[in-house]
Amino acid sequence: MKRVDHVKASRNFIADEKHIEFHDKRLWGLRTSRDAAAHGIPEWEALRTLASGIKEHTLTHLADYLEEFERNAINNGVVVHWAADAEEHNRIVHEILSKRGAKSLVKSKSMLTEECGMREYLEARGILVVETDLGERIQQLDDEKPSHIVVPAVHKLAVDVADVFARKLGTDPNNSDVYYLADAQRQTTRPLILNADAGMTGCNFAIAETGGITVCTNEGNADLSANVPPLHIASIGIEKLIPKLEHLGVFVRMLSRSALGSPITQYTSHFRGPRVGGEMHYVLVDNGRSERLAMDDFWYSLKCIRCGACMNTCPVYRRSGGLSYGGVYSGPIGAIINPTYDLKKYSALPFASTMNGSCTNVCPVRINIHEQIYKWRQIIAERHELPFVKKEAMKAAGKVLANPKLYRAAMKTANGALATLPRAFIYNPFNAWGKQREVPASPKYTFRDWYLKRNKAK
Amino acid sequence: MSNRQAILAKLRAAQPAPRPLPMVPLFDHNLPPALMTFKQSLALIGGTWVDAPADGDIEAAIRARFPTAQVICSAVDEVRGSRRIEDVADPHDLFDVDVAVVRPAFAVAETASIWLSEAEYRVNSLGYLAQHLVALLDLDDIVGNLHHAYHPPVSD
Repeated sequence: MKRVDHVKASRNFIADEKHIEFHDKRLWGLRTSRDAAAHGIPEWEALRTLASGIKEHTLTHLADYLEEFERNAINNGVVVHWAADAEEHNRIVHEILSKRGAKSLVKSKSMLTEECGMREYLEARGILVVETDLGERIQQLDDEKPSHIVVPAVHKLAVDVADVFARKLGTDPNNSDVYYLADAQRQTTRPLILNADAGMTGCNFAIAETGGITVCTNEGNADLSANVPPLHIASIGIEKLIPKLEHLGVFVRMLSRSALGSPITQYTSHFRGPRVGGEMHYVLVDNGRSERLAMDDFWYSLKCIRCGACMNTCPVYRRSGGLSYGGVYSGPIGAIINPTYDLKKYSALPFASTMNGSCTNVCPVRINIHEQIYKWRQIIAERHELPFVKKEAMKAAGKVLANPKLYRAAMKTANGALATLPRAFIYNPFNAWGKQREVPASPKYTFRDWYLKRNKAK
Repeated sequence: MSNRQAILAKLRAAQPAPRPLPMVPLFDHNLPPALMTFKQSLALIGGTWVDAPADGDIEAAIRARFPTAQVICSAVDEVRGSRRIEDVADPHDLFDVDVAVVRPAFAVAETASIWLSEAEYRVNSLGYLAQHLVALLDLDDIVGNLHHAYHPPVSD
C-alpha cells in the first residue's frame, strides 16, 4: 500500500482560492449552527456524558448485545448475516441479490459500504448500483469518494456540480442554480427507485432490545430505498449497537444538532421487520472493529456516531478537504480510524492536526480524539514511520528544547536571523511550515528578555 | 454460521473491562408549553403550521391549499381524497400522489417530529413518494421531548 501524502494531496485543493474559501466558510457555518443548537439544550453536556457511557457500556458487552439483537431481529422476520470483513460483506450482498435475480440496487448513504468498496464489487458483477443521496450521487457520478461523512460533496461548488451533471445527466452546463441541479437529480433518480429490484440502507443505531434499526437521513431517500422495492438489505457495523429503545432519545437528540445544527434529521426512520410480501436482511459487519476493540488506547473511537462535527471544527480539515486524507474516513476521526486499518498507509494522517483539541470538545460521544492523535504520533515515531525531514527536525528540536541554554541561544540567533536572512533561505524546502504561509515577524526581544527586564525594573 | 461464532469469540476476547450502563433521565423539568415549542421547531425545519379550519371542512381546506393537485391520497377518515389508501395494493402505485393525508400517532415538540408507522400509513411509501404531506395532529398527542417519545408509556 502506498503511503498517503496528505500535504501533497491537499496542495491541489489549496491551489484554488475559491474552493478553499467556500469549503472553509461552509463547514465553519455548520460548526456555528451546531453551537447554537447545542447551547439551546441546557442538558447538552450531560447528554454527551450519557452517550459516551451508553456506548462504552455497550462496547464492553458487545457480543451479548449482538446476540440479543440477532435473536430479536430473527423473531421479527429479518434474515441476519455475519461478515468478518469487507470481502465477505460484499459476497453476502451479492448472493442475496443474485439469488433473487435482482439487477438493480438503490441505496442510501452508508460509510460502511464505502469502507467495503461494495459499489465497485457489485458493478463488476453486473448489478446497477444507484446512490440516492444527492451529495453521494454527485460523488458517484464524478467517480470520487465522499469527501465528508455527512455532506459528501461539500468540496464542490455549484458550478462543479453543474459540470458533472451536464456530463452525466445531460443538464445545461451553464446553469448552476442549486434548485435546477437538485431537481435534475431528483427527476433522474426517481424512476430508478421505482424500477429497482432491491433497496439498501446503512444503519445509524441498532437496538438490541427490539432487533430494530434506526436510519437518519435528510432527503427521505433511505425510506424510498427501503419501502419501495420488495427487498431491503441493511449493512450494519457491529459498533452501531445500543441496548434499549430509550437510549435512542440521547443519540437522536445529539446527532443532527452536532452534524448540521438542525434539531433532528428530516427523516428518522425505524425499521423492525419486512413489510407484508417483502424481505429484509441485516448484514452485521466486523471488518477490523473487533481488532480495534482490543486496542487499549484506540477502542474509544468505536463510540463514533458519524456526525462529522470533528471535521467541521478542524482547521486542517477545512483547509485541506476530505479527499486529501486518501481514506474512507477523513478529518480528525479519519486520522484516528484509518491507521487502525493500515498504519503504514495512513501514517501521515495523525500529523494533519494542530492539536487544538476542538474535535474532542465538540464530539457528542466524548471521544478523546486529539489525545488519540497524539498517541498515534508516538506509535508512528516508535515504529520509524516518520518522514526523514520531520524526524531530523524533531530530533534537533528535542535537543534544543530539552536544554534551556541551547534554547535561549537558538531563539536569539533565530530572531536575529529571521530579520536579516534572505527569503530563499527561510522558505527553504525543509521549512514545511513556510510553504503555504508567511513566517510571522519576530518580536524585538524574547519573552525571557522581557521577563528579566520587567523584574529588574520592579 | 462459523462466521458468527468467530466474530463473537473475537469480540469476547477483545472486550475491555465492563463499564456500567447509565440511567437516562427524561430531562422534562421546566419544559416550555409543547405546542409553542412544536411550532417553533417546525418553522426551523421548514414545515408549515396550519390551524384547523373553523368550519371543520378539512377536505376543502386541503383542496384550497393545493389547487393543482391531481391525486390526493387519504389514510384518514376525515378526508375522502381522490384515492383511498385502503385501495392501494402495491407501494409503487403511489408514484403519482400529489398530496398524502395522514394522522400521526403522536408528535414531539422539541424536534417538531411526527410519528408515522405502517399502522398509520398502511402503505409506507405514501409518506415518501407523495409530493406533499398533510398531517392531522391532535394537540393532546404532542410529547415534550425525544426522551418521552422513546420511553415505553408508563401505565398508572
